[in-house]
Amino acid sequence: MEVISHWFLELYETTGINLTIVYDAYDRQRFLSGLGMTIYLSIVCILISIAIGAVGAWAQGSPLRVVRGLVNGFVVIFRNTPPLVQIFFFYFGLGQILPRIEDADGMRVPLLTNVQWAIVSLSLFAGAFNVEIFRSGIEAVPRTTTEAAEALGYTRFGIYRQVLLPLALRICLPALNNNLVNLLKTTTLAYAIAVPETLYVSKQIWTDSQNVPVMMIVLLCVYTTLVGILVFIMHRWEKALAIPGYGQGAAR
Amino acid sequence: MSEVRVTAAPEGRPLAVLLPFVPPAPSRWRWPRLRFVHLVGLVGLSLVVGGGAFAQAGSARLSALEVIWKWSPLLLSGFGFNILMSVLAMALGTAAGLVLGLLQIGENRALRTFAWSATQFFRNAPWLVLLFFAMFMIPFQFRVFGYTVPFPDWVKAVIGFSLPVMANMSEIVRGAVASLPSGQWEAAESLAFSRRQTLWMIILPQCVKRMLPPWMNLYSLITMATVQASIVGVTEMLTLTAQVHAAEGGRPDLLAPLYGFAMLCFFVYCYPIERFTLYLERRFQLNQ
Repeated sequence: MEVISHWFLELYETTGINLTIVYDAYDRQRFLSGLGMTIYLSIVCILISIAIGAVGAWAQGSPLRVVRGLVNGFVVIFRNTPPLVQIFFFYFGLGQILPRIEDADGMRVPLLTNVQWAIVSLSLFAGAFNVEIFRSGIEAVPRTTTEAAEALGYTRFGIYRQVLLPLALRICLPALNNNLVNLLKTTTLAYAIAVPETLYVSKQIWTDSQNVPVMMIVLLCVYTTLVGILVFIMHRWEKALAIPGYGQGAAR
Repeated sequence: MSEVRVTAAPEGRPLAVLLPFVPPAPSRWRWPRLRFVHLVGLVGLSLVVGGGAFAQAGSARLSALEVIWKWSPLLLSGFGFNILMSVLAMALGTAAGLVLGLLQIGENRALRTFAWSATQFFRNAPWLVLLFFAMFMIPFQFRVFGYTVPFPDWVKAVIGFSLPVMANMSEIVRGAVASLPSGQWEAAESLAFSRRQTLWMIILPQCVKRMLPPWMNLYSLITMATVQASIVGVTEMLTLTAQVHAAEGGRPDLLAPLYGFAMLCFFVYCYPIERFTLYLERRFQLNQ
């Protein structure tokens, strides 16, 4: 560790490439915690948004027009408004209206912290897209499959859970993959409400050590790597789920 | 929608397998069909009005609706600026993306690899990071032939937004060309078209139709992304919204209506684009 730090310090002195995140313990710790926050935000938001997508797509097939209308309204609103304004609306708008609670020390704190609000708004944003994606997958499952399941006495929920969803998931995985990559990139917007994720800590670091270009490159590389990892995982999942005749995974 | 009304089988006759279909009598009055647009309007209205009712507590203070009405010229001018930025970024990004996309399908191997990696890099970087990249890396003025050309913030932001547009556009071009059946290329070759002729006279004209829906989708996305410019200090709608809120005394109950108004503006602009995109997609699918 000492050797590496020393080498990077020398790199700075000889070439001017100032990678404080490697040789400076404080900056390294800051950067790693920011990276951890980005990963945490991404994973939690991905899981919640997939759940929203699955539940929303199920509700969209509901016989009640009110439910369908609500889900469609949700999808349409969240798809057509800027995610940043959504985050502001939730954090500043709703966060102010909601009642405050007392924490362990007896301080009056907001009901949800900024990290939680970021999770809520990002999940809803990505969830709205996921509903559409799952719906397109469900529409691609032949009607006869559903009818066959009905004939076997499945309930509506049973059909969805055991017949439609598993097939639809395989069909819509490429689109889902795309959207989740997008979600990972959108987590940077949490910067706006001071969530200490990678972009936020990078900004702190380059303000302190005046190494904007270097940190910028590091930042771009970090996100490219994160996206690469996510795409890799999704491709593995796609392959693991593949059934002949369904989705693109089987063709390869 | 319409339900089949089952009429009772006449007495003494064997049950008909197919019962006569009686269309349901049109009811004289029914609920107006609520569509998503109405729902959105209602939600938006209730938010604004609800915020207004919340604000009514002090009689001297303006209600949320009045505040929005009072400041709407300023807010809408900010929104207009957002649209201007989106149009410029889209124009710039489309032009660059077309070049990059054509390089991606070109014959020169080195250029192809370069175009592919540039596309992948800018497509996989978050838009906000690219925006920061443009804001910090582009100098605020250039010296050209002794003249100093100033480079204001918002121009840099436009360039920052056009980078992801470029990458996505390049991918759209590549996808559209790849989606054409290879028979088109072979037929052109058999008719002695050169590669350039094939591309310009046969392939690209057919691609325009395929590229239009994703291109419009991209435009809608970039329009919604322009608000991110407020993070890096360009005065646009969100900045103005925050300033209006401060000018009205920073009342916390005003925040939801004000940001709701911003959402409503973008919704009114982007929703028709989405519908039109869907319409085009459906239409082109039938013709293929």
